[in-house]
Amino acid sequence: MKESNVYVQDLSRGIIKENPVFRLLLGMCPVLGVTAFLINGLGMGLAATAVLIASNVVVASLKNFIPAQVRIPIFIVIIATFVTIIEMVLQAFQPALYDALGVFVPLIVVNCMILGRAEAFASKKPILRSLLDGIGVGIGFTLALGILSLVREVFGQGTILGPEPESSIHLFGEAFEPMGLFAQPPGAFIALGLLLAINNIIFKKYNL
Amino acid sequence: MIKIYEKLIVSSSPHIRSNESVQSIMLDVLIALFPAALMAVLLFGYRALITMVLAVGTAMIVEALWLRKRDVFSDGSAAVTGLLLAMTLPAAAPWWLTVVGSASAIIIGKQVFGGIGYNIFNPALVGRAILVVSWGGHMAGDIWPSPQPFAFGADVSAVTGATVLSVPEKAVMLSLPEMFIGNMAGCLGETSGLALLIGGIWLVYKGHIDLRIPVGFIGTIFLLGLVLGGGFYGNHLMTGLFHVLAGGVMLGAIYMATDLVTTPVTPNGRLIFGIGCGLITMAVRFWGTYPEGVTYAILIMNAFTPIIDNFTIPQRFGEVNESA
Repeated sequence: MKESNVYVQDLSRGIIKENPVFRLLLGMCPVLGVTAFLINGLGMGLAATAVLIASNVVVASLKNFIPAQVRIPIFIVIIATFVTIIEMVLQAFQPALYDALGVFVPLIVVNCMILGRAEAFASKKPILRSLLDGIGVGIGFTLALGILSLVREVFGQGTILGPEPESSIHLFGEAFEPMGLFAQPPGAFIALGLLLAINNIIFKKYNL
Repeated sequence: MIKIYEKLIVSSSPHIRSNESVQSIMLDVLIALFPAALMAVLLFGYRALITMVLAVGTAMIVEALWLRKRDVFSDGSAAVTGLLLAMTLPAAAPWWLTVVGSASAIIIGKQVFGGIGYNIFNPALVGRAILVVSWGGHMAGDIWPSPQPFAFGADVSAVTGATVLSVPEKAVMLSLPEMFIGNMAGCLGETSGLALLIGGIWLVYKGHIDLRIPVGFIGTIFLLGLVLGGGFYGNHLMTGLFHVLAGGVMLGAIYMATDLVTTPVTPNGRLIFGIGCGLITMAVRFWGTYPEGVTYAILIMNAFTPIIDNFTIPQRFGEVNESA
């Protein structure tokens, strides 16, 4: 009973209680950079999740062979390997998404959320728990990016599932003029700030 | 026998109380804005009145809802923010533009920082900046020809639309007295230098604004217009005056750069603040992509206010410089 409880905690911790975006404010660069459209936000979230899970598992399995003095460079090399794989996969199978994410895909290497999980969790815990932790934090990250990019796309573009015209759904009538602020970088900061405020109210109210 | 100790009551400061309150100051600012508001209605017609009423109403209602108060006027600061925002809008602004701008001025510009006295940036200008970024076309391009109840001249030049700064060759047709009265293109409240000046004199008389900020601001604009303007408007002196009267310098310098909350409190700091506003405004006018820079100049200087205050703390009487 107690044993399984730990695993449930590892999985659920990253989603709300230690949500990397809304609670820890880690990995802000892609959060602010690629969330103009829902598809980009979710794509970024899933790419980072894949890297996070893989790096967590590898770091956890190699933890006894990594010298403490050079652990950060080794973590970075491990993360960079998976980022390169993800980058090539995206380029081959999702070229539109790859173009939209641009420089933010290689920048996953230095995403402090992934490095943070490797340093704080995977390098000290068993493989299975690191795997669950990676899945949980990844879900939390993807969820947060999804919410932020949804808000930004709905208000900033008036669509969902843009920017391709065939898939995008226009939510409002022709007369609607989107609020360009949310489509632009300063709007990302303001939208994130407002979402953080709303989150804090909800978290406080339900004592999460 | 007089018990002298009864007359020697020692209490802690403050010993002198003023009858001024936030509400009375805000009422004075509203009174000071009245001439400019009147000129806006005279020049731009009923649309100006609708925009002002809508902006003030939205600001007061949003603030009352946010603070969960029944008293919509309250301390009056929301009404001032709403009216100042309306002054920076074009008369052709659609109703939703005014409402969104006013609501975001109150919420993002003021209440998220903790309400009156805690905001870092001038709320009305935050509202305007958000509108310019979001709907630049409406803020600059919508043309609303003036019905011209005043027979100023034969040509209809009092349209709200792009400020005269964006089309300098058109501005050459305007004479300086015309610009001073307000018969030119621009936002609701920024065109009439005369009306703004009357309100400014009222504020100085009541002691609510420090002359250093507007003088530093307008003086810098004038000097830079004189030196760098190239004399396109008649001669160099006239070009300097043109830069003062065109765009939002008068409105910004008198009503927005002198905001009690977001500007320095030290005398020298206020002078630096005004000069900084003037420098940034002229930098945007000469080299920026926007035709006008008063909004951003004041917002940027608002951000510097704590540093300016820190470096200009006046020396107390009797204080000796340690290095001497």
